[in-house]
Amino acid sequence: MNRRHARLVASTAALAASALVLTACGGSKSSDGDATAAESCVDTSGDSVKIGFLNSMSGPMSISERTVSDALTLGVEQINAAGGVLGKSLDLVQEDGASEPTVFAEKATKLIQSDCVAAVFGGWTSSSRVAMRPVFESLNSILFYPVQYEGLEADRNIFYTGATTNQQIIPALDFLREEKKIKSIFLAGSDYVFPRTANKIIKQYAGEYGIEVVGEEYQPLDQGAWGTAVDKIVKTKPDVIFNTINGDSNVAFLQAYDEKGLDAKSIPIVSVSIAEEEAAAIPVDLTGQMTSWNYYQTVDTPANPAFVEAFKAKFGDDRPTSDPMEAAYTSLWLYKAMVEKAGTFDVDDVIAAADGITYEAPEGTVTVNGENHHIAKTALIGEVQQNKLIKTIWSSGEPIEPDPFLETYDWWDPSKG
Amino acid sequence: MDVLISQSFTGASYGAALLLVALGLALTFGQMGVINMAHGEFLMAGAYTAYLTQQVVTNADISLLLAIPIAFMVAGLLGLLLEFLVISRMYHRPLDTLLVTFGVSLVLQQAAKDLFGAQAVAVEAPSWLDGQIPILGYRYPLSQLFILVLALSCLFGVAALLKYSSFGRQIRATVQNRSLAESAGVSTRRIDRLTFFLGSGLAGIAGVAVTRITATESTMGSEYIVWAFLVVVAGGIGQIKGAVIAAFGLGITRAFLTYYTDGSMAVVLTFLLVVVFLQLRPQGLFAVRTRSLA
Repeated sequence: MNRRHARLVASTAALAASALVLTACGGSKSSDGDATAAESCVDTSGDSVKIGFLNSMSGPMSISERTVSDALTLGVEQINAAGGVLGKSLDLVQEDGASEPTVFAEKATKLIQSDCVAAVFGGWTSSSRVAMRPVFESLNSILFYPVQYEGLEADRNIFYTGATTNQQIIPALDFLREEKKIKSIFLAGSDYVFPRTANKIIKQYAGEYGIEVVGEEYQPLDQGAWGTAVDKIVKTKPDVIFNTINGDSNVAFLQAYDEKGLDAKSIPIVSVSIAEEEAAAIPVDLTGQMTSWNYYQTVDTPANPAFVEAFKAKFGDDRPTSDPMEAAYTSLWLYKAMVEKAGTFDVDDVIAAADGITYEAPEGTVTVNGENHHIAKTALIGEVQQNKLIKTIWSSGEPIEPDPFLETYDWWDPSKG
Repeated sequence: MDVLISQSFTGASYGAALLLVALGLALTFGQMGVINMAHGEFLMAGAYTAYLTQQVVTNADISLLLAIPIAFMVAGLLGLLLEFLVISRMYHRPLDTLLVTFGVSLVLQQAAKDLFGAQAVAVEAPSWLDGQIPILGYRYPLSQLFILVLALSCLFGVAALLKYSSFGRQIRATVQNRSLAESAGVSTRRIDRLTFFLGSGLAGIAGVAVTRITATESTMGSEYIVWAFLVVVAGGIGQIKGAVIAAFGLGITRAFLTYYTDGSMAVVLTFLLVVVFLQLRPQGLFAVRTRSLA
């Protein structure tokens, strides 16, 4: 009886483990689509042109990606109200990526081949983007990807309107070094590609500028045993904690941090994945903790008040506007400008026209870099307020040129650990 | 030396939470032999009960305590319902039970997502859990102490119930020899239901406790379920004292491994150690031949 139970549990654990592995591998599996001839079927002869939105409307990522879909919907409405693109109104096709990279690849193929959309807007996780990439390459279409990510990528068929590392991670480090005069730093992150890459960059930066990395701790995304890491933080007393933890694991981390009596005055935290919505779900006083993004609901730019007001009028007063939402909204307007500069919806002509396209976005002025397909944007360090909104306390002042491969930073050596 | 002390305390904290989750499982799985994959979702139900209680009684100082008996009832009744509707129809078919309860756990997760949203909800901490007490130079957080005290109270409560109450004696009689118990006038169906109610209710209490250390969201149960099964199996099925030692053993092992390697590696190594241990000693820490408790 005992043996049997033991076996059953062992097989259960094995099942669970293999399910995890499968999920993790989902990212690397990609469907190339079976069309060898990249003949475009986009119909531009009528009064309207179809574009596709591909966001997770179901599954664990839906909470985040639905907000992006909302911001995109607002953008299309406004563009159509202002006369459309090249005089044609945009006709949107929404698809559900279902929080599964393989589904993203399938739906991208469907949008391009069956719906004949002129461009696709969406994706959130890096694994979803990586899965879609070969689809856009082989079918020669365009994807606008709106989320900050780990960089080290530049694809001809993708435009990245979120920050790359030199527009989010490195400015945060510059701020900490120049303004906060930090001498030591502690790295805490979730165990996947973004935190690992970000921390690799931070360690090389720290080596260059004589900042001591006193600890580096990871937890799997679905585990929250942060007690030991916080013990190390208490022991090493770093000047600041650099937090690349993603999702709900942040709650467990901040609870473990809070219960040991730490706060923004004793050992402050800089987070790159906590925005307005996440802050509200954390039952710990975050007042004074810092974040690094390119947009906050409170930013003071010419275009932001109208954006926030239009969004709240359409979706409700209680809905905050966040960085990825703003980046997605901006990507639509950039697309409009690219098409109008090219004078056609043709993919190759649009890509050729992309360089130098600029737009007064809610986050400030942004400009498309035609070479790496990222956009120049301003980095903003924020401070969480008592009401859990985030106030800008430092800005890079001007838009930072995107450098996804960190080629302009001579301390960066991708081959080093 | 201070590493030894700090990691023993941190490990004991992990262990206390594990024990609390595993205690209910020690009853439903250990005593009754039911593999209930939805146990983690009963924990989630307890955590959301704490959240809802706080929406009604906004004073966090009181609501957390108030939530403990309410969560016990909510999770217990959910368990009763599951036993009545599903599990009672498949006793002695452990593999079917495993699959069906796994399905139930997915249904409950989705239900929670639809009711409360996918984003975690904030369960505020009571002010009396603010702060730390110094023990051997280590500042032990009061919220961890709270979980430890709650785990030990539940442990002694369950042990006393099984040992001294007539209900407890009937459980043990049913576990040891069902037909003999039945012929002695024990309603074994009733005992099955009550045991399942108790085991599930304990998961609800665990849910209230872990709101202090985990995000309250729909998939929170899956963080604990595999660990809890490991505790029960490694401790020796049907053995509550084995579960206690296994819970603290796993917790402390994980804390030290996390200290010397990292979080991900610690999980791998801890699981590996359990697998090796079970190869050498498949019956767990304490072998039970009579399937008695103590």
